Amino acid sequence: MGRLTEYQVIGRHLPTEANPTPKLYRMRIFAPNTVVAKSRFWYFLTQLRKVKKANGEIVSLNVIPEKRHLKVKNFGIWIRYDSRSGTHNMYKEFREMSRTEAVEALYQDMAARHRARFGSIHILKVVEVDNVDSIRRPYIKQLLQKDLKFPLPHRAAKTEGKKIFAYSRPATFA
Amino acid sequence: MADIDIKIAQWKLVEIGRVVLIRRGPYTGKLATIVEIVDHRRVLVDGPSTEENKIVPRHVLPLAHATLTHFVIPQLPRAAGTGPVKKLWQKSEIDSKWAQSSFAQKTERAERRKNLNDFERFKVLRLRKQARFEVQKAHAKLRAAAPKS
Repeated sequence: MGRLTEYQVIGRHLPTEANPTPKLYRMRIFAPNTVVAKSRFWYFLTQLRKVKKANGEIVSLNVIPEKRHLKVKNFGIWIRYDSRSGTHNMYKEFREMSRTEAVEALYQDMAARHRARFGSIHILKVVEVDNVDSIRRPYIKQLLQKDLKFPLPHRAAKTEGKKIFAYSRPATFA
Repeated sequence: MADIDIKIAQWKLVEIGRVVLIRRGPYTGKLATIVEIVDHRRVLVDGPSTEENKIVPRHVLPLAHATLTHFVIPQLPRAAGTGPVKKLWQKSEIDSKWAQSSFAQKTERAERRKNLNDFERFKVLRLRKQARFEVQKAHAKLRAAAPKS
């Protein structure tokens, strides 16, 4: 189990006399736990509709599991993030086993390349790209070529109980 | 100038069907084959051995935790299921080929030596002494027969 889980959160405005059956709103949210998932739901909903936590309620909250977690898939992720100087939209591709792993990789990647934190990234859409031809990014395209093969040249095996000095040079041709 | 023969280095490749030895984690010391390449650091592996204690379930393995072996399962389709992989694994006799390799024999011997009891260790000591004595006898005979310089 990774760092994040995908949750389905359904919520609505509290029923009033004027509107006894308020509209339901559903979101798929990637969060480390249910508390954060509910919090993110209210954060997004207040931005989109005139509902807030004080006059609304969570109707249901459940985990969305990965259907085939032993299949390698390509994911396209659309995000919006606040950098130090402005807001940007982005599209990135990831090759992972599940949607949550792809989103985890996205957060790591954004932290590494742009120093962006969890709080400054909005995930807009996560889509599995079935069609290989519609992969856009070269860093994923290179992994999809036919009969892909590559060597692992010159690797030194990690020795247990590492000593400062070795009496022989490590063999890297393995 | 004389012609210089330049040979291309024969690296073992990360490819579909390559058999890897797992060096770290819960399946240390077991064999699995690459079923699909996830990226340049990770591969999806499956080790459907016929022996119960050698089975490696299908999972993602970092290449840093693997050593490539000489064996490749030929014509393994990409992302083949465990059933077909098992069939091809048996057909290319990976388990028996591996058992004959010097690495497997060495580790097997080391494992056996490690699990000996005190009396068995004593027997090894006696047998090694006897073998050494025979070698020394033959050597002394040769030395006596050799012309003195």
